[in-house]
Amino acid sequence: MADHLLEVRNLSVEFHTAVGVVKAVRDISYYLDRGETLAILGESGSGKSVSSSAIMNLIDMPPGRISGGQILLDGVDLLTMPAQARREVNGRRIAMIFQDPLSHLNPVYTVGWQIREALTAHGTNGAKAQAEALRLMGRVGIPDPERSLDKYPHEFSGGQRQRVMIAMALALRPDLLIADEPTTALDVTVQAEVLALLEELQQETGMAILIITHDLGVVAEVADRVVVMEKGQLVESGTVRDVYRNPQHPYTRKLIAAAPGKGEMHAPLPRVEPVLQVRDARKTYGAFDALKGVSFDLMPGETLAVVGESGSGKSTLARILLRLDEPTSGSALWKGRDLFQMGAAELYKLRRDLQMVFQDPTQSLNPRMTVYQLVSEAWVIHPDILPKAKWRARVAELLVQVGLGPEHMGRYPHQFSGGQRQRIAIARALALEPKLIICDEAVSALDVSVQAQVIALLDNLRKTMGIAFIFIAHDLPVVRDFADHVMVMQNGKVVELGTVREVFETPREAYTQALLAAGLNPDPDVQAAHRAARLQRA
Amino acid sequence: MLSFIRKRAIASLISLVGLIVLVFFLSRLTGDPAALFLPVEASAELKQQFRELHGLNDPLMVQFANYVGDVVTGDFGESLRKARPALDVVLEAFVWTLWLAAITMSLVTGAAILVGSLAAFRAGGFFDRFSSIVSLIGASVPDFWLAIVAIVVFSVNLAWLPTSGTGSIWHWILPICVLFVRPFGIIVQIVRGSMIGALSSAYVKTARAKGVKSGPIIFIHALRNAMLPIITVIGDQAASLLNGAVIVETIFGFPGVGKLMIDSILQRDFNVVLAAILVTALAIFLMNLLIDMAYALLDPRIRH
Repeated sequence: MADHLLEVRNLSVEFHTAVGVVKAVRDISYYLDRGETLAILGESGSGKSVSSSAIMNLIDMPPGRISGGQILLDGVDLLTMPAQARREVNGRRIAMIFQDPLSHLNPVYTVGWQIREALTAHGTNGAKAQAEALRLMGRVGIPDPERSLDKYPHEFSGGQRQRVMIAMALALRPDLLIADEPTTALDVTVQAEVLALLEELQQETGMAILIITHDLGVVAEVADRVVVMEKGQLVESGTVRDVYRNPQHPYTRKLIAAAPGKGEMHAPLPRVEPVLQVRDARKTYGAFDALKGVSFDLMPGETLAVVGESGSGKSTLARILLRLDEPTSGSALWKGRDLFQMGAAELYKLRRDLQMVFQDPTQSLNPRMTVYQLVSEAWVIHPDILPKAKWRARVAELLVQVGLGPEHMGRYPHQFSGGQRQRIAIARALALEPKLIICDEAVSALDVSVQAQVIALLDNLRKTMGIAFIFIAHDLPVVRDFADHVMVMQNGKVVELGTVREVFETPREAYTQALLAAGLNPDPDVQAAHRAARLQRA
Repeated sequence: MLSFIRKRAIASLISLVGLIVLVFFLSRLTGDPAALFLPVEASAELKQQFRELHGLNDPLMVQFANYVGDVVTGDFGESLRKARPALDVVLEAFVWTLWLAAITMSLVTGAAILVGSLAAFRAGGFFDRFSSIVSLIGASVPDFWLAIVAIVVFSVNLAWLPTSGTGSIWHWILPICVLFVRPFGIIVQIVRGSMIGALSSAYVKTARAKGVKSGPIIFIHALRNAMLPIITVIGDQAASLLNGAVIVETIFGFPGVGKLMIDSILQRDFNVVLAAILVTALAIFLMNLLIDMAYALLDPRIRH
């Protein structure tokens, strides 16, 4: 019977909460062989992480409860093992890496100590663990491994931290590595490096990888087979190519259809008088130059996408345009007036025209205000826009416009899903009838299917109301579907600026080409071709 | 690390200087010191003589300069009642208080961390609920009442322990036990809250995924992260013991700085009161510095 390395049979997991029993995983089965990579694909709330937590025995019980099924590792059921033997499995036979390596590394111990602990917890002696930790740090590509062992997690970059996590997980050469969204928080070029490292290590050790992701591109790049989960149930499984080419379940079809980057690119708009002209905008923080002279024009109803990796200065640009931070020098002409020089009274008027939608609607919406209060607060601040008698009708109108309904007015943000919350944030921005909305990673935290809906909503607002957008994003396929012009930034400078077609089809700069090459395509055949091209270059 | 400590030391030094200035002006500006220091029935000549002797007729700034000079050289004058230097009297009592505080706080810290951590590990379980009740009672029970009840039960009725004074190790048991209760109750609750946060953090999940045993997960991974708020409260509680556990020391006739201060105030031995205030302030200043150093040792992110 024990022909599979890992076999999950009819697993069900439920959580006992104050509002009742939540069945997070319902009767799912899948298997995984040595040397193979299986992807679990699903959106938030699909239960994809819960099943892997059950394999690792990481579910807190209570409130969690495994209500049925088996998890067989080489034919032995992990769920009925004695506690001591079960603990021995973790780290030695199965290891795990997580989405956010900064919070998953202990901040008060050196990374060397943490890697050594992975070994000493299973009986390796100290000297041998030290030597092995050094070797592992070198193997995963941390520069200057000897000195890096004595550093703390906060002294590394995001990609390096994930490499440290991988070194720690692979210390005892486990048979199975579970990777829970391992590259979601990383920049695209770093993501490609980390995924390549995982594959190399898999070939070296012959381990199986179970990768949990929401990203079809990641699936296409690394997985052999994929299982698709929706609302706790496994709706489809098969090889990556079969599932992509010939999806059976409507949910899988919806997911594949929603993957961004396939639509028609926008044709360039006719040149008219720009609404915003930014010239040589600079911002320094102490000795650090966050923005080193950025210039661009924005026309009414145009979408300018600002793309770049972390540290490129794209969020700083948004903050100084909104005067949330003071620019160091430069100018930004808004309808002929330099908004960098505006005083408090002029800024107050400017706020009506310039609005922002932030990345995380959970944080940007005050949890103690109802939707009605959140949206109508704009008119409390700018009372001349609308007489109070009309507020309710207008809030209802705005909610309908963003795809919600008047019945949502009395509810609080926590009663909505992530995508709905972002719609509320957009309705709030629209309340002032702005001419320009700056979106800072406004769809990054959303599930793919929701992302597509929000992008469609923004595009519709752009067309019908002539609102211009500055759309800050790291996700290139989303940009491709939505932008008119694209500005690529790196280290505080503009690397390339052109129409969406120019940038995506004939990128001039090496950095833009690298960014595009690192992006993952959801089509496994296209991705395989990319990969072949990349290997040839290397 | 060194620059962090230096910054913190300068910050607390400023408050120490502020205290020295405040003590002077409180004793000079809240009324005539002669009236304050001498008995009510003292004659006018006696008061005049007192002013001459202590330079109270000099301009205020001259008095202040003299006072600062005295404080810096550790010269607080003679104790009026004991005819010995006031500083000697205070230091003698302070050593008793220091021992009492050090022993009590060591026991409290060890016990509270153990109980609080175990309660947090199985939050909501039987041990957690039991320790919550015990710590709540401990944090709220008045110490004068507890001291008297302890004397009645253990000294008077059972005759196991001496009622008061010093001399043998038995004399220490009741004061330590009574002083133990309140800080224990408070710190257990802080440890529990802080540990629940630390134990539900992502790095604890990583440790479990590595196959680390429960013991090291609680006491190595979670505890060190949970220690920062705990240390703050330990510092506060230790400071209140160093100040002199006035009531408990008085009830048990324990010759510490708290009892000395009460006695000296009642006897109008103000040189001793002044010396006692400044010695305890200095001790608290040093202890805060130790706590800041502990922060930096525990958390590498503070060092940078």
